[in-house]
Amino acid sequence: MFYREAGDFKTSYATDNQTFPIKFDRLGYFTVMAVAFLVIPFIINDYWANAIFLPFLIYAIAALGLNILVGYCGQVSLGTGGFMAVGAYACYKLMTSMPEVNIFFHVLISGGITGLVCVIFGLPSLRIKGFYLAVATLAAQFFLVWLFNRVPWFYNYSASGQINAPERTVFGIPVTGPNTEAWATYLFCLVFVVVSALIARNLTRGMAGRKWMAIRDMDIAAEIIGVNPLKAKISAFAVSGFFVGVSGALFFSVYLGAVEVGEAFGINKSFLVLFMIIIGGLGSIFGSFAGAAFLVLLPVVLKVVGVDWLGWPTDIVAHLQLVIVGGLIILFLILEPHGLAQLWRVTKQKLRLWPFPH
Amino acid sequence: MPEQLVFAMEVFLNGLMAGVLYALVALGFVLIYKASGIFNFAQGVMALFAAMTLVGIQKGQVPFSHLINAVLGTHIHHFGWHVHSLLAILLTVGVMIFLAWAVQKFVFRHLVGQEPIILFMATIGLAYFLEGFADLMWGSEIKTLDVCLTANACLPQGINLAIDEATYNWFGYGFFIDNLDITATIVAIILVSALVIFSQYTKQGRAMRAVADDHQAALSVGISLNFIWVLVWSVAGFVALVAGIMWGAKSGVQFSLSLIALKALPVLMLGGFTSIPGAIVGGLIIGVGEKMFEFLIGPMVGGATENWFAYVLALVFLVFRPQGLFGEKIIERV
Repeated sequence: MFYREAGDFKTSYATDNQTFPIKFDRLGYFTVMAVAFLVIPFIINDYWANAIFLPFLIYAIAALGLNILVGYCGQVSLGTGGFMAVGAYACYKLMTSMPEVNIFFHVLISGGITGLVCVIFGLPSLRIKGFYLAVATLAAQFFLVWLFNRVPWFYNYSASGQINAPERTVFGIPVTGPNTEAWATYLFCLVFVVVSALIARNLTRGMAGRKWMAIRDMDIAAEIIGVNPLKAKISAFAVSGFFVGVSGALFFSVYLGAVEVGEAFGINKSFLVLFMIIIGGLGSIFGSFAGAAFLVLLPVVLKVVGVDWLGWPTDIVAHLQLVIVGGLIILFLILEPHGLAQLWRVTKQKLRLWPFPH
Repeated sequence: MPEQLVFAMEVFLNGLMAGVLYALVALGFVLIYKASGIFNFAQGVMALFAAMTLVGIQKGQVPFSHLINAVLGTHIHHFGWHVHSLLAILLTVGVMIFLAWAVQKFVFRHLVGQEPIILFMATIGLAYFLEGFADLMWGSEIKTLDVCLTANACLPQGINLAIDEATYNWFGYGFFIDNLDITATIVAIILVSALVIFSQYTKQGRAMRAVADDHQAALSVGISLNFIWVLVWSVAGFVALVAGIMWGAKSGVQFSLSLIALKALPVLMLGGFTSIPGAIVGGLIIGVGEKMFEFLIGPMVGGATENWFAYVLALVFLVFRPQGLFGEKIIERV
């Protein structure tokens, strides 16, 4: 009825190449942006920010990053938790050693540092492929977590071994530390998410993204037609590392505030982000958001239904959650290997004809 | 003999024993990978699941009792009987065979022909599922595992006095070697020999090797792929049970068991995914390597290097030899 291409004429290259070629999509996108920037900040409270919005936004950035590596470039990584830890610790060191610089730049630089670390651990990908690489990235996960645990310089020799985010402000409004307001932290993360999504979207439909996809689909063939595998793989690791690092920095400084590395950035975090992109959709920007939203909401919903309504003990609900997540992963891989994003695409195709299917 | 050298020898021996346990888990991976091309990430959780089931059956726990209590408001937890270890092991083998059948029927039959990496991710999902399922079924508290044939003949634990005394007489320093590790080594040797005999001399074993060699050719001579896959998963389930018993008796049946099993991955990478001797040699190298590294370098860098040494060793090694020590040469074509 509403979802139509008919009458939507493209008269210039710019309109032909835009991200949302269908008018209805464009309207939807602007509505979402308007709600996110102009409505939610006024009605958000601490519970909603901490339980849903902040984790969703931060995981969405991590999922975007991992999706570039796994979904677009085909290099499976199980080291996301370790790389998020690099972002967090880089951010902490920057915040404490250069307090006069704005936190905004700290987060960006932490992303850059994580990108570099990611490239170092990505170098073996030139020789190691498939599962071997997946297991090799586990080396990054365990080594990095161990490093941040054992070398006191990283946590400024604090007695507890934890890192705590000091108070930092943007335009005079605190975004980290104990005295933050829900709307400020929310907006701060939202800006990063929107910019990341824009960058990711434009990278993946340009030259870089096409090279990554060529490598993913068949690396030898890609090499023969002139894609430099070194550059393609390393750039994928770097970009992915940047996003993951930004998300790790935000996760520590804005969301948690205090971090113990083994707990916050353990191997489970790596799997969580990997599951987000499998459920959301490998090789899709929308999928990263959908997967992050799904896996952030699922525990909250289960807790509300299981613990608050049915009165079950929390440990049973936690176990049930594992069963459900595992089952869903398998179900998605069997029924729809391209995840929620593909379901959305199929729905849109159906909508184009609806309600007159001929 | 200098003291450091004697200590190093003890560490070396203990490393070998730990390596045997890694190799036990790695064996299960190799079996499944060879026969079906599935890299079974859930092998470690299968070991955990098997060990928990064994303890649960032994102690006569009611499956899903926590869930039933929560839903119905009852207070059941035990049947009130104890099952003999041998019978419990047989029952657990039955459960593992059922699990193999279910996994084949509900998961991998629907994924035939998918890319290997999709199958790999499916096994990660399976690992999560099984972990939650095991916890729901038997409860997540740490359990102790004792396997006893009679009241007095249990799995031996603690220091082996004979070795302690013998080495004391030779070097003036008694080696600490756990009885359980020695038992594990013997069991591992028996298990590997049994597997070799099974795959060389029985009809099913030969069919298994045929499938591992070439699916299409095996199909064309009348081997049922479905049956072989269930068989392989069952054998892997049995290996997981043995590994679960050994690890469980050593450090209690708890979640960290599945993390230990994660260490079997670098073992595999060293040995190559397709080689049973590779799994064993890889296990020994990793076991000895990480213990020696912790002993020699660990104190200098703050200890606990065992967490990552195996992975980094495998990573460095793979850069020079991507197919592992005994793996088949990778030939790439378009």
